[in-house]
Amino acid sequence: MSARRHWPEPAELDAVDRGIVNRLQNGLPLVESPYAAVAAELSLSEGELLYRLERLLEAGVLSRFGPMYHAERLGGGLTLAALEVPEADFERITALVNAFPEVAHNYRREHRLNMWFVLATETPERIGEVIAAIEAATGLAVFNMPKQEEFHVRLHLPV
Amino acid sequence: MSVSTCPSEPSNAVAPASGLDELDRAIVLATQAGLPLVPDPWGTVGKPLGLAGNEVLARMRRMQASGVIRRIAAVPNHYRLGYVANGMSVWDVDDAHIERLGREVAAIPGVSHCYRRPRHLPEWPYNLFVMLHGKNQAEVERQAEALRERLGEACRDHRILYSSRILKKTGLRLARRPGPPR
Repeated sequence: MSARRHWPEPAELDAVDRGIVNRLQNGLPLVESPYAAVAAELSLSEGELLYRLERLLEAGVLSRFGPMYHAERLGGGLTLAALEVPEADFERITALVNAFPEVAHNYRREHRLNMWFVLATETPERIGEVIAAIEAATGLAVFNMPKQEEFHVRLHLPV
Repeated sequence: MSVSTCPSEPSNAVAPASGLDELDRAIVLATQAGLPLVPDPWGTVGKPLGLAGNEVLARMRRMQASGVIRRIAAVPNHYRLGYVANGMSVWDVDDAHIERLGREVAAIPGVSHCYRRPRHLPEWPYNLFVMLHGKNQAEVERQAEALRERLGEACRDHRILYSSRILKKTGLRLARRPGPPR
């Protein structure tokens, strides 16, 4: 691993924070007062849960809290794509690719294909157009790797 | 409803739209950045849309039942939770067996996302993508070893591509307000 870290430091979490993070990765119940229901499970007051949740979001421990939508079932397009970016040009290409609002996530990975991004578009047809636009902007070939089958999607990181 | 039982679907399939109407889409727009952290989130979402809280809740229940909403949940920042080794493991698996093996691998603890994706020969021979997360690379290597054993002879080659830098992470913005395309 390189000496220079490009990612955030691990956060200090107490037992209550860990309980909240673990519980809420599993989903909020769809009931009238959902936070009160989860707070009761964790032996917290609703106010304490909401306060801590807000803090976990502000501190970047959670990147988001809310509904996780299934892009394709919403009528949208979604794909994973990769580029082989010349090292000397990495910063410039990063800026060009990130400028597309359809690029939802973008990671550098250690491989010949060293830039991996997720495209999310309002319609499936737009995926091809955005890929063509990225190729035109960067002068690089985009490797398009749409999912052909989904075997499992359930991120759960216990803390 | 478990997402792991979702039927497979080609990524370019036109969505069944799951019977979403304008109000459902308005709820999606209002919540795609997050659910309000208030005692009555449904009422708060509904207010600007002219919907009562119980109507928002009923619609969200329907969307979750139809799989439009996978779940309403906290999305952790892997690194902030100490998961600093995040590997995209990629496997060249015999097409004749990938159906069965994909399902088996998906059931291994620690596997978060597991997809079949197209090869791009000759540069890219890998067709099974499995995300692995650990506190260090050794932990990820152990998970990969468990996968390799499960895949056995059907797997010709594999790699683990670690993320070394987050270049962008805005999350999906699946719907936008009506207007000219950007």
